[in-house]
Amino acid sequence: MATREAKTKISATRHEALGLSADDLLAMYYHVALARALDERMWILQRAGMVPFVISGQGHEGAQVGVMWATDRQRDWLVPFYRSLAACLVRGMTPRDLMLGLFARRDDPSSGGRQMPAHWADPRHRILSTSSPVGTQYLHAAGIAYAAKVRGTGEVCVTSIGEGGTSQGDWHEAMNFAGVHKLPVIFIVENNRYAISVPVKLQMAVKDVADRAAGYGFPGVVVDGSDVLACYAAGKEAVRRARAGEGPTLVECKVERLTAHSSEDSQEKYRPTNDIEVPRSIDPLVVFKHYLEQVGVMDEARYTEIHGRIKAVVTDATDYAEALPMADPATVTRHVFYEG
Amino acid sequence: MPEMRLLDAIRLAMYEEMKRDERVMVLGEDVGVKGGVFGATDGFYAEFGAARVLDTPLAESLIVGSAVGMAVNGLIPIAEIQFSDFIYPAFNQIVSEAARMRYRSNGAFGCPITIRAPYGGGIEVHGGLYHSQSVEAFFSHVPGLKVVTPYTPHDAKGLLKAAIRDPDPVLFLEHKRLYRSIRGEVPDEDYTVPIGKAAVRRQGTTLSIFAYGQMLHESLRAAEQVAGEAIDAEVIDLRTLRPLDVETILESVRKTSKAMIVYEDNRFMGFGAEVSAIIAEEAFEALDGPIVRIASLDVPAVPYADTLAAAFIPNAERIAAAARRLAAY
Amino acid sequence: MPVEIKLPQLGESIHEGTIARWLKKPGDRVEKYESLVEITTDKVNVEMPSPFAGVLTEQLVAEGETRPVGSPIALIETGAVGVVVVGAPAAQTVHAVPGPAGSDESPPARPAPPAVTAGLASAAASVPAKTAGGARLSPLVRKLAEEHQVPAAVLETLPGTGAGGRITKEDLLQYLAGLGTAAPAPPQAGDEVVKLSPIRRSIGQRMAQSKREIPHAYGVIEVDMSAVVAWREAHKDAWRRDGIPLTYTAFFVRAACEALRVFPIVNASWSDEGIVLHRAIHIGIGIAIDDGLVVPVIHNADQASLAGVARGLEDLSRRARAGRLGLEDIQGGTFTITNPGVFGSIWSMPIIVPGQAAILATDAIVKRAVVRDDAIAIRPMMHLGLSFDHRIFDGAVAVQFMNRMKQWFEEFRDGR
Repeated sequence: MATREAKTKISATRHEALGLSADDLLAMYYHVALARALDERMWILQRAGMVPFVISGQGHEGAQVGVMWATDRQRDWLVPFYRSLAACLVRGMTPRDLMLGLFARRDDPSSGGRQMPAHWADPRHRILSTSSPVGTQYLHAAGIAYAAKVRGTGEVCVTSIGEGGTSQGDWHEAMNFAGVHKLPVIFIVENNRYAISVPVKLQMAVKDVADRAAGYGFPGVVVDGSDVLACYAAGKEAVRRARAGEGPTLVECKVERLTAHSSEDSQEKYRPTNDIEVPRSIDPLVVFKHYLEQVGVMDEARYTEIHGRIKAVVTDATDYAEALPMADPATVTRHVFYEG
Repeated sequence: MPEMRLLDAIRLAMYEEMKRDERVMVLGEDVGVKGGVFGATDGFYAEFGAARVLDTPLAESLIVGSAVGMAVNGLIPIAEIQFSDFIYPAFNQIVSEAARMRYRSNGAFGCPITIRAPYGGGIEVHGGLYHSQSVEAFFSHVPGLKVVTPYTPHDAKGLLKAAIRDPDPVLFLEHKRLYRSIRGEVPDEDYTVPIGKAAVRRQGTTLSIFAYGQMLHESLRAAEQVAGEAIDAEVIDLRTLRPLDVETILESVRKTSKAMIVYEDNRFMGFGAEVSAIIAEEAFEALDGPIVRIASLDVPAVPYADTLAAAFIPNAERIAAAARRLAAY
Repeated sequence: MPVEIKLPQLGESIHEGTIARWLKKPGDRVEKYESLVEITTDKVNVEMPSPFAGVLTEQLVAEGETRPVGSPIALIETGAVGVVVVGAPAAQTVHAVPGPAGSDESPPARPAPPAVTAGLASAAASVPAKTAGGARLSPLVRKLAEEHQVPAAVLETLPGTGAGGRITKEDLLQYLAGLGTAAPAPPQAGDEVVKLSPIRRSIGQRMAQSKREIPHAYGVIEVDMSAVVAWREAHKDAWRRDGIPLTYTAFFVRAACEALRVFPIVNASWSDEGIVLHRAIHIGIGIAIDDGLVVPVIHNADQASLAGVARGLEDLSRRARAGRLGLEDIQGGTFTITNPGVFGSIWSMPIIVPGQAAILATDAIVKRAVVRDDAIAIRPMMHLGLSFDHRIFDGAVAVQFMNRMKQWFEEFRDGR
């Protein structure tokens, strides 16, 4: 994979060929770096005893920003999973929104403090609320896409899952149904090689999850998840197919999980040291920064400016959420049913 | 006012709602060209087309899970589970997804779906273990889900329309034995029967019988059997199992001082346990006798052979015998 | 003031942690979120970031030692004023935040109904749960006994008619009814005495006389009123235009006349010389007025058509409510009909007017599920209740009489 070789010459026209400007690249980089900074802060807050739990998307940010950049952020749907932090940022949720959820604050837009952290939702940005049992969200995405097709809205629905969730029955049922009806849905699989501790070789007998798409009658593509532009290209083609009525696409992004599964997990127990250390060299944040430097979009001054801005935003979001009250116990019985 | 069967009333309710609102659609196994295995959607395919009368692959979790997504994006799906015995693959989608969507999103997202499921057994059903089950106890336990089961054709039409128009998920359980055995007057006009209200089917003073579905039918027969013995049973059709009409239950118990709950499900941890607990907690001092549950045996059935099925499920005679004992207590 | 740093709750179900290595020495400057100490647990091993910036003044736990979650492990001088406690459990940090402090103490949204336990306690204190014979008292019987201050000794000796000799609700009510006539509770402070109006006194005397002298027996049957209801619905508007209010009472009177003709023993009086069978049928109608009840009479009711009866009823009830009934209007009744159904009663056992053989109660017409041809049908149903003088005739006649009425109602056709 070319992007993993630091010395490889990269054509300056690669992003231009995809229709992306230098400003686009900087905006995409900002989202990758912001997601990472927020994620790291969340771990610190947990380790300092200030929040009870964190689950991470570190290593997945490039794939998420790349694919989501290809969608229509006004019109299209996102049915996320618990590592979709970067995707939710691209869709319009703010760092404050995400921190409110982490601290289970009253104003948490995702759930009002009801769900564990990382169960993001926001109707303003067409991000559907999801649960913790993995796989279920794929059926919701298929249903949203079916409604979009029947109603002729032109919307595309994007949903994400780890490769661990692809063993679930719901995942297969959704793929099958979407294939039958050629639904405008994009199935993202962020394959980080571990279902918590279970390695991919104990999860499936095929080499790539994408191989399975053939069984449902639509294309499955494999893309390097540390290559933001490759993910953007894959997303763009999947969106085109969906909008043109050609049906779903399975996009498998090979990513690395740069942290333990969650703050409750100790990955040293099941993951060899080199398997933990090596992935850091193919961190999408590093790889993408390198590309931007090579094409002359990023320099030292700009880097300092962007990361200074991010640090301020993360600190603002942390302080803002921490200062707000916890969810009000009087609301515990609200919204069981429609309240008018 | 035309007289029709329960099944016809169910079909009519869906037909009228699909005519009234183009967002309403049905999906499930064999609901399309075949019109459903019981004929509940007979003729819909020709009238409304394949997109709104959707034959799904044989996958119950898909039926409910995709309906959740359809509802989120502006459709009003009626999902048919061919037999309630097959609902368990969709259990997670119903319990963890549909019923929790509104609560977990703090009211931001709703899930206006109706899940129809034919249920129940008996010697005329011949469904055996996997075409006869009563599943209401599992689902009535779930906050965020409404559970309805009609007895009269009038209610079937009115309650199903209320379910379809309800902004929250409703599990609509239809007892198979009532489909063709119960006839009744069904008004032509557009009406709904409110979800959450019980109906007094027979007024009485000696004791109260709470039932629903086929067991309501048996309870009414039992009430007639003991009527000549100075036992004047009040028979109440619960109709909605959740939210339960606690007021009507308590009002009746306060009048009669004695209560029986009759249900077709296995007795242990069945719906009667909840009704019994509510009466014991809220009307303890009105009771002049023990609360009695009449239910099916605690074995993993319903069995297929008529002899076994008859031994398994309560009937009017068994209910009448229990009523006599309770009246004499 | 120094800030106390506590061992954080590092995960679900983690209760203790071991200080593996201090990363800062006393006197070291610590930035916010800078690693302070390595902690190992049986689930995760972490570097704990400092929640505050300041100077580490003291390590409270030595390396290698294990402490429960929440134990103080270090002091950091932040330069802030006042004591601040941070660290796990995470929820404790909430108390430093303005707003819902103490909110965990808020009552649940739907509190349990109050006073239930108090009620149970007082009942249990004075009423035994069982009688001397060992039969259990139901909650209702215990509550009634408590309310009416029935002594335990009475409960122990009261004969029960329930299973195993249990005292039923009816047993106790019967006992209390007996008490009522024998020794009414004397007026107490706060009670009010309503003076007897002449009509109230008269009703009281006549009813008490009836119950004293006449051995009452009762029968109840059920009537399907579909035919009558349908016919009345179809015709009442036309009749009203002709000035005749077509009430159900008119039908009851007509049906009673038909049955009385067939069973003259019901249209009778008891005397020492013998049972007097009345040739004429004069039907009294109970009419509720403001301060009681009057029973005006439709004389020779059997001679009148349905329209005639309806007109007569209208006239009598109008005059009764206006207080303009003459003596002749309320005399000479041979049989009485009372209609508590208009007030919603579904089962009534009225008291016989002295000098007559029976009184008929017509109850509310209620839609019920009934069996027709082995199927359940919804029908407007009504109870007919007959209280009769058992000296004059027996239960068989009573039921036959009512069945004649039932037949008339259920076979009702146009033109009757």
